[in-house]
Amino acid sequence: MATIELKQVEKRFGEAYAVKPMDMTINNGDFVVLLGPSGCGKTTTLRMISGLESVSSGIINFNDKDVTWLHPSERDIAFVFQFFALYSHMTCRENIAFPLRASGEEGAEIDRKVKRVAEMLRIEHLLKSRPGGLSGGDQQRVALARALVRKPAAFLMDEPLGALDAEFRETMRAEIKRLHLEQNATTVYVTHDQIEAMAMGDKIVVMSAAEIQQAGTPLEVYYDPANLFVARFIGSPGMNLVEGSYSEGKIKLGDANIYCVPQDWRASLDTTIGTGEVVVGFRPEAVQFSAQGQLGSSVYANDLHGSYSMLHLELIKDNIVNARADRRDRHQMGDSIKFDIDPEQVRFFDPKTEKALQKVAL
Amino acid sequence: MIKSPSKRRQLSDRNIILLFILPTMIILVLMNIYPLFYSLYLSFTDYSVISSVAPKWVGFQNYQTILSDTRFWKHFAITGQYTIITVALQMLIGFGLALLIKEKFWGSGIITTLILVPMMLSPVVVGLFWRLMYHPSYGIVNYLIGFRNINTAPEWLGSPTLALWAIIIVDVWMWSPFVMLLSLAGLSAIPDYLYEAAAIDRAGSWFIFRRITLPQVMPLLLIAVLFRTIEALKQFDLVMGITGGGPGDATETVSVRLYREAFQGQFDTGLSSALAYIVLIVIIAISNLYIRQLNKVREG
Repeated sequence: MATIELKQVEKRFGEAYAVKPMDMTINNGDFVVLLGPSGCGKTTTLRMISGLESVSSGIINFNDKDVTWLHPSERDIAFVFQFFALYSHMTCRENIAFPLRASGEEGAEIDRKVKRVAEMLRIEHLLKSRPGGLSGGDQQRVALARALVRKPAAFLMDEPLGALDAEFRETMRAEIKRLHLEQNATTVYVTHDQIEAMAMGDKIVVMSAAEIQQAGTPLEVYYDPANLFVARFIGSPGMNLVEGSYSEGKIKLGDANIYCVPQDWRASLDTTIGTGEVVVGFRPEAVQFSAQGQLGSSVYANDLHGSYSMLHLELIKDNIVNARADRRDRHQMGDSIKFDIDPEQVRFFDPKTEKALQKVAL
Repeated sequence: MIKSPSKRRQLSDRNIILLFILPTMIILVLMNIYPLFYSLYLSFTDYSVISSVAPKWVGFQNYQTILSDTRFWKHFAITGQYTIITVALQMLIGFGLALLIKEKFWGSGIITTLILVPMMLSPVVVGLFWRLMYHPSYGIVNYLIGFRNINTAPEWLGSPTLALWAIIIVDVWMWSPFVMLLSLAGLSAIPDYLYEAAAIDRAGSWFIFRRITLPQVMPLLLIAVLFRTIEALKQFDLVMGITGGGPGDATETVSVRLYREAFQGQFDTGLSSALAYIVLIVIIAISNLYIRQLNKVREG
């Protein structure tokens, strides 16, 4: 078990940053998800933690011990690769036994451990076959078994479900989560899938453009995004972001709409924005339809998502916002519709810094 | 009315296929299949190409003559010894070189090319050159290995034991690069992630070599063994270039003896055909063993 600490860790290729200097602490037993679009540096960060990639500068500590320049084999970690990286010339049993053989364990002990982990992942029937002929899900189970068979200090997973079908992915997601709860081992998990991140992580670290945008619990990054990037990236669809001009408690959105800022936000907007541009953010589920609603819009499209429908509303010309509506409500295209924003769920961003405004305690 | 295409004179797909295949088939039959069967027939006769007598059927007599003659067995023994030693040395040196060259370093490209040069030379030229270099009075080999006195220096091509080794050294020099080339192809085909996974799994370098590198290149190593074994069993041109089979018959491989029977002295076509068939059967048998092993390695 390990607490992993990154201090000003960075990775440069020539002048270009793959990862800008970052600080991060992963507590013992945490399930931390590194989330971000492709090319944001999340995999590089994970590979630096594992030692497969060297750092350009900075310090990595495992349990307060400096491991920055230690070989991966000296860090006591397990790594699950996106494309499994199974040894194709060995049977699944030999694959799983490999880490034990490499550290010179006894035959009987190896058999016992392989059996236990195979039972846990329900792959006993695959042990005699070679990985080449197995489905993606089964191959990843074998790869997980190889990681789990030894009790490493930390599990590092690089998009382990990325190469699987959607159907398998959900099953495996649950399995990995359950394994984590059983083993309670520190886990760092890289993904670009925000639903996966929300479902699995104790803590999500959102990365973009080679740096950390926000680190927090899934609820924090969902409800209180630190900046416009996180607001857009998290959620599907992301947060609705509408730019307007603020002055004295009111925001003018387009030509027709005036939005009254909730009382508890006024102090914050007055001090940070004063008079000027501001971005209003709200999730689709924060929309409250009512005939007396202060915002007017027209229906642009209506998607049925099964249990609910997602309305696309034209709030300002050419600016579509999403709103979650009851699936039984009928809306024709072009209908005008009025709504309010749940004052608990509205957020404000400074368009210049792109950062979220914080509520000022009254 | 639309004219149906079959009414027009044109080649059907089938005929086009035949047009492409037939020339090859005719050449194959004339150059390979007919001689193969004709020589099989001749191996059961007492025919000689220089006599004007028609072949006379003698049954298995040629085969009997060969298999009961201790001199022929000696040729097989020499060929076998030669094959085992050259293939073993070539595999060791070739694979070893591949492991070294695999790491990119300054000048590794040009070094690889230089190592490959011997392979590109004609065996007869190589043989003649090495005969010069082995020469007891003006050859450079003895000089380089430190024998400066002609009277005490080893006579590479004059001594029955050294002569075979002289040919082995040349063959290893010439064909280890080929093994290296195949090994390099095998080594570079091993994906990096296997080594990354092994590093994570805390495997030491010897363990990685034994458990990952070796099994992963094994199919290509076996192919190299197969190619080199077949070539060694047929060894003719280097021997003719360096020793001509001598001293005495100390380096006379089966192919050299075959040549002598077929094209020297009596021109005994019947007997040499039988010998050629024996060599063919041995090569096919050994190749089959290898190929079976290769398939086993591939399927596990």
